[in-house]
Amino acid sequence: MAERELKKRPTTSREAAAAETETEAPATTERRDRLKAEIDDLLDEIDEVLENNAEEFVRNYVQKGGE
Amino acid sequence: MAITKVCGIETEYGVHVDTGGDMSPTTASSLLINAYVARLDRKVGWDFEDESPGRDARGYAREGSMPPEIETHLVNAVLTNGARYYVDHAHPEYSTPECSNPLEAVVHDRAGELVLTRSMEAANRLLPPGEEIVIYKNNSDGKGNSYGCHENYLVDRSVPFSRIVHELTPHLVSRQIYAGAGKIGEEVPHGGEAPPFQLSQRADFFEEEVGLETTLKRPIINTRDEPHADPQKYRRLHVIVGDANLAEIATFLKVGVTALVLAMIEDNFLAGRDLRLAAPVAAIRSVSRDTTMRTKVELASGDRLTAVELQWELYDRARKYTAERGVEALGNEDVARRVLDRWETVLQGLENDPQSLANQLDWVAKLRLIEAYRERHGLDWDDSRLAALDLQYHDLRPEKSLFGRLAMQRLTDDEEVARATTEPPATTRAYFRGRCLQRFSSAIVAANWDSVVFDIGEDSLRRVPMMEPLKGTARHVDTLFEGCDTPAELLRRLGS
Repeated sequence: MAERELKKRPTTSREAAAAETETEAPATTERRDRLKAEIDDLLDEIDEVLENNAEEFVRNYVQKGGE
Repeated sequence: MAITKVCGIETEYGVHVDTGGDMSPTTASSLLINAYVARLDRKVGWDFEDESPGRDARGYAREGSMPPEIETHLVNAVLTNGARYYVDHAHPEYSTPECSNPLEAVVHDRAGELVLTRSMEAANRLLPPGEEIVIYKNNSDGKGNSYGCHENYLVDRSVPFSRIVHELTPHLVSRQIYAGAGKIGEEVPHGGEAPPFQLSQRADFFEEEVGLETTLKRPIINTRDEPHADPQKYRRLHVIVGDANLAEIATFLKVGVTALVLAMIEDNFLAGRDLRLAAPVAAIRSVSRDTTMRTKVELASGDRLTAVELQWELYDRARKYTAERGVEALGNEDVARRVLDRWETVLQGLENDPQSLANQLDWVAKLRLIEAYRERHGLDWDDSRLAALDLQYHDLRPEKSLFGRLAMQRLTDDEEVARATTEPPATTRAYFRGRCLQRFSSAIVAANWDSVVFDIGEDSLRRVPMMEPLKGTARHVDTLFEGCDTPAELLRRLGS
């Protein structure tokens, strides 16, 4: 259908995306700050759940080939 | 017109016995599956009548090849959702039932994870304290051993296999940019310095362009020719070059885009643009080793494109294809639109800022986690804590899974995933298989992809063939099952 053609890519939307990046810089910064806060919380959790002896854990994880 | 891309995913899970004596991975895998099926009424075994993994799509059979399971008598079960759950080599393997669209495949892939998680819980209750079986949905142990996640697609037998090889390979090489599950380091040297991180768990292990093998000298295009359907009409394309994904968006695109590309190949819609690669094996490895999306690969024509550009080429053809020919091949119009739209936004994201896809794609999510952890603790890339983090991303224990802690975008909900552990897809022959098992399991002696075998107390067993993957659906057989109280009655109705 003709309306799908409107979404014609690549250059047009790539340029549009580039333009967006310029005009919406504050939003991007905000997003990055949010992501940073999110991952900081996650890293705190990971320190708690990560296998105790990482070296031994990784060494012992041996699989037979499959398929 | 391309036929509907009936599809399914087979996943071999990593299995690790923690602090246990000397339980072999094969024993652990059997224990997992037995512990799971013990909860079911009666176990129905797999029927090997039509298995021939040695048959080659290029037209010949390898002598003396047998399905390995026959010889070793390993556990093998068919579930009421139409899935197959079994021990393959030293891994538990889950094959989803046949699905008629990529979203259904995502739901059933996730249902497989739930089956494995429940198996793990059930098996661990049987083990002495301190011993634990842990399952990982990944494809490599980081030491050079790989196990697979294979996809299957129904393809028209009349399509020349060489066309599939030429036109699908560029897609399989480039799709890692969204379908890779990510890993630290390299397991097979590719020349030059080892990369700190790769997009794909599996790219290291592919050494050939085309071939029958799956365990050594793995080929990008696998030629195993077991249609599990009418061999005059159909081919089951067995794609072995993918990673096992946890991210639903990654699975959705992996299956959805591949199905679309296959539909275009079937309708000879890619003929106008030759995207053949000059060196596919080298290309798959170099694409995997570049998280910046800038590496270019050389085409046979001499052009040089990035993996993103290759995908854009296919995307543009696919938009044109679906506008001209419709989306029937993807089984569901709404799902097809979602594949196209998601494909577009993900390619834009990869091109502009891959980090923006951290809540959609496995490799980006894992890399972001590893980078942040590395930074916080000032670690080198070869620190075993990072390798542990890489493994633990794939851990299926809810309390240990790192993937489970990420706020990833979903396409499914928990309820439909739980339902899919027992209910078959309504739109393929898996429905008939699943309903038979739900209703009459005590009369079923075996089942496989293309038949169900009944024992109704007569002299001989009765095999019901299902050579058409799109027949035996809810629409076809619901009335057949209605008011049908015995398996003998079902067989009588089928015969009339």
